[in-house]
Amino acid sequence: MTSTTAEISWEIVVGLEVHAELRTRTKLFCGCANSFGQEPNTNICPVCLGLPGSLPVLNRTAVEFAMRVGRALNCHVQPSIFHRKNYFYPDMPKDYQISQYDLPINTDGWLELPGGTRIGIVRAHMEEDTGKTTHVGGGGRIHGAAHSLVDYNRAGVPLVEIVSAPDIRSSEDARTYVDELRSILVAIGASDGKMEEGSLRVDANVSVRPAGSEQFGTRCEIKNMNSLRSLGRAIEYEAERQIGVIRDGGTVIQETRHWDESTGRTGSMRSKEEAYDYRYFPEPDLVPLEPSAEWVAEVEESLPELPAERRMKAGSASGIAADQDAVVTVVRLDLDRYLDNVVASGASAETAAIAVRRLANEVAAEIDSIGNLDPKAFTSLVTMESDGSLNPMQSRAVLKEMLASGGDPEEIAKRLGFEAMSAGALEEVVNRIVSEHPNEWERYVGGDDKLTGFFVGKIKAATGGNADLKEASALLRSKRGT
Amino acid sequence: MTGPGHLRSAVDIAAAVRKGEISAAEVLERHLARVGAGESGVHAFNLVLTDEARRQAAAIDAAVAAGKDPGPLAGVPIALKDNLCTRGIPTTCSSRILEGWKPPYDATVVERLAAAGAVAIGKTNLDEFAMGSSTENSAFGPTRNPHDLERVPGGSSGGSAAAVAAGFAPVALGSDTGGSVRQPAALCGVVGVKPTYGLVSRYGLIAFASSLDQIGPFARTVEDAAAVLDAISGPDRRDSTSLREPPPLASERLKTGVDGLRIGVVSELAGAEGISPDVVARTREAAEALSAAGAKVEEVSVPAAMYGLSAYYLIAPAEASSNLARYDGVRYGLRVEGGPGADVTEMYLRTRSAGFGAEVKRRIMLGTYALSAGYYDAYYGKAQQVRTLIIRDFETAYRDFDILLGPTAPGTAFPLGAKTSDPLAMYLNDVCTIPSNLAGHPAMSVPFGTGDDGLPIGVQVLAPALGETTMFQVAAALEGAAPPLAEPGITEEAVR
Repeated sequence: MTSTTAEISWEIVVGLEVHAELRTRTKLFCGCANSFGQEPNTNICPVCLGLPGSLPVLNRTAVEFAMRVGRALNCHVQPSIFHRKNYFYPDMPKDYQISQYDLPINTDGWLELPGGTRIGIVRAHMEEDTGKTTHVGGGGRIHGAAHSLVDYNRAGVPLVEIVSAPDIRSSEDARTYVDELRSILVAIGASDGKMEEGSLRVDANVSVRPAGSEQFGTRCEIKNMNSLRSLGRAIEYEAERQIGVIRDGGTVIQETRHWDESTGRTGSMRSKEEAYDYRYFPEPDLVPLEPSAEWVAEVEESLPELPAERRMKAGSASGIAADQDAVVTVVRLDLDRYLDNVVASGASAETAAIAVRRLANEVAAEIDSIGNLDPKAFTSLVTMESDGSLNPMQSRAVLKEMLASGGDPEEIAKRLGFEAMSAGALEEVVNRIVSEHPNEWERYVGGDDKLTGFFVGKIKAATGGNADLKEASALLRSKRGT
Repeated sequence: MTGPGHLRSAVDIAAAVRKGEISAAEVLERHLARVGAGESGVHAFNLVLTDEARRQAAAIDAAVAAGKDPGPLAGVPIALKDNLCTRGIPTTCSSRILEGWKPPYDATVVERLAAAGAVAIGKTNLDEFAMGSSTENSAFGPTRNPHDLERVPGGSSGGSAAAVAAGFAPVALGSDTGGSVRQPAALCGVVGVKPTYGLVSRYGLIAFASSLDQIGPFARTVEDAAAVLDAISGPDRRDSTSLREPPPLASERLKTGVDGLRIGVVSELAGAEGISPDVVARTREAAEALSAAGAKVEEVSVPAAMYGLSAYYLIAPAEASSNLARYDGVRYGLRVEGGPGADVTEMYLRTRSAGFGAEVKRRIMLGTYALSAGYYDAYYGKAQQVRTLIIRDFETAYRDFDILLGPTAPGTAFPLGAKTSDPLAMYLNDVCTIPSNLAGHPAMSVPFGTGDDGLPIGVQVLAPALGETTMFQVAAALEGAAPPLAEPGITEEAVR
């Protein structure tokens, strides 16, 4: 740039490609088990190894899952064909990948983020996964490695690649998008959504442009992000990098970059000039895939309620906005069935709101122990809190016990020595404590709010934890006249 | 057919074995003796399965002794093209790149033959990865034509054709991608069949060009070819392109005659570039013989068939370039290490440079080019359009005709080395056979007389998809009308 101008603001443009492993019992083109964490090279056969003479046979359940994904993302499910994507890589048994190219099974859909933003889905196509290489020496990269170990257990695992339109405008929306997509995939049973195990993998196409510009900037594709946190960081870093390049008078080069978690930077993998020519052509070993209208309808009818709908329901039951974090968390973690139980018992919106908060905080934090939490017992607990039998602190303590070892909330409360205090009884205790500490009370009345904690602590001790501390501090304030 | 054990027909052998008139072991030994006498001159086999075959034959005899029926091909020795996977037995595609590889499974056809009681006698030589028309592209040396050891047997299934012609086995299997069963059958004076695409499972056939490859039988008689085809055809869950409907029976109407059938002689095939006058004459005589037997014979035009060769040499190499990518030295077969400091790309490069022969490399290059960005539409895409035209033109012709007729190969067997330096001249050998592969229709070659050089000539019978029954009906009539063919030079005396 030749002159310094006023700082222009930049807009980030992101499109995401999400690879989701489908939760089928067997692989996409053979009968080998589709399971994670086995001894290397034990779930393999001539077909998934691509041995000479072997042929792929399409897994019907995988097709059905792919159609579920498509319909859940409002896509058009259409007749499709498979192509071969030709390139050499040691973990690709046939040295081509069977994928879908210009006729994917799902096209033209959309996904709505909890905030209401709609992100276009260009396509959601089927393909087979590759094996997995571990490069020993050479810093873990194939070039320079002393040798490489190849595990083909994953080769042939069915994937759906979900390609979004470049409709995402911030790293936060990118994370929300992946999170929402993951919730949908888990809800419809198509994927277990575990990013850390590689069953959900995300590539991001990132570009920047001056805010208000209609034209897209040159994009870079970032690979190798294995958590939502990395995804957010990588997008932020890459956008800053591109803005820096443009500010310095340079041009962003279209290329594939990888994300290095340890340095927090993206680095060049290959540029467009050395980009692969995949030489796609129709896979002659498979026949065209033409799901009947009946089959598509059947799949559509079998879809469960999706997260957005469930959030709407949870929101209206509890009076909390559907896109608030608590509701989003409850639905994402599949905890809304507990809320359903509460609502079904005839609870008020107030009670439902208590349930949502307990689920989003306490239960979400102990999600691994969810098996101990009986929905009926949970409903009783929430009812006890809402009718004042337990104060919020006591209710939390009881819930913790229930998550740790199950049990009935009333019994647990009794065991812990919890009993509800009447308003009169609480007032009596407050008065007593105040009179026992006249100096502190004078300072508190004089405006020293730090003493709130002092009094609340005393009240808590005096009541053996049975007091509703919120109510106690309210009493203190009204006594002071504020 | 009667005669010495090794020259009996497969159908005769099976009948005799099932009745206990001859043992499978004896049938096998006679054929092994024949192999012992003739193989060094012919080189039909990459591997003779002496021990395995003896075990199989013994099992058949045990079954007969136990009163069980070992199946319609009981005790029939069969030679298998060495691109068909055989469990635990080296399968090479006549290529260095597969050195040391033993498939952990049998091809579906191999399983079905075993279930029908046939005895696999050996793995036959071929043009490397079935690419060629003379079996001179084998990494293990050429096969020679039993009728004249200085001449080629045709290709790529030259080993299988020669094995049957030489009497090493009454029947054999080959694979036909552009004529690789029919053309060597014509040059060796035997029957060769390419069935409807999808009729025979390709599972375990090492792919050359997947959308064109079909496995088919060789035999000395039409009846034997039908018996083998009936044994191997039918749906297979392991091959998605395998047809689901019950297969037509090839042996159903062999004695029906051709009275009333409408037969068209394809003018483009008989008039194709480089067809010798002898071949045109035999084709005309064959047509006349059918006419004399009551068929209605006319000339017919299938215009797009002329473009078959060009379309084929884009589609087949394109698919081959992809199918052969897996031979990269990573998992099995040959590996040539890259040397100190070299990366994995260097290892691929050295392995593939050393492992593949010139013709295979040529086709990988052609196919890679035809599929590459910017050329796809002009080459591969256009070739697929031509393929569609060929299918349409055949459909039009089959509205008026039950069967089409033409030459199989442009000439008789040519001398070894005559065309090896001119790939285009070599490719022209398949000009008459390729259209049926592109259309996916069945076709077969039946011996019909000889050329001026005394060498066999084949006539090709073409049928619409799943028209095998009628195709064999006509082939049987042609066989009955054909002048007798002299036995190849390897005689019974040589064995004794």
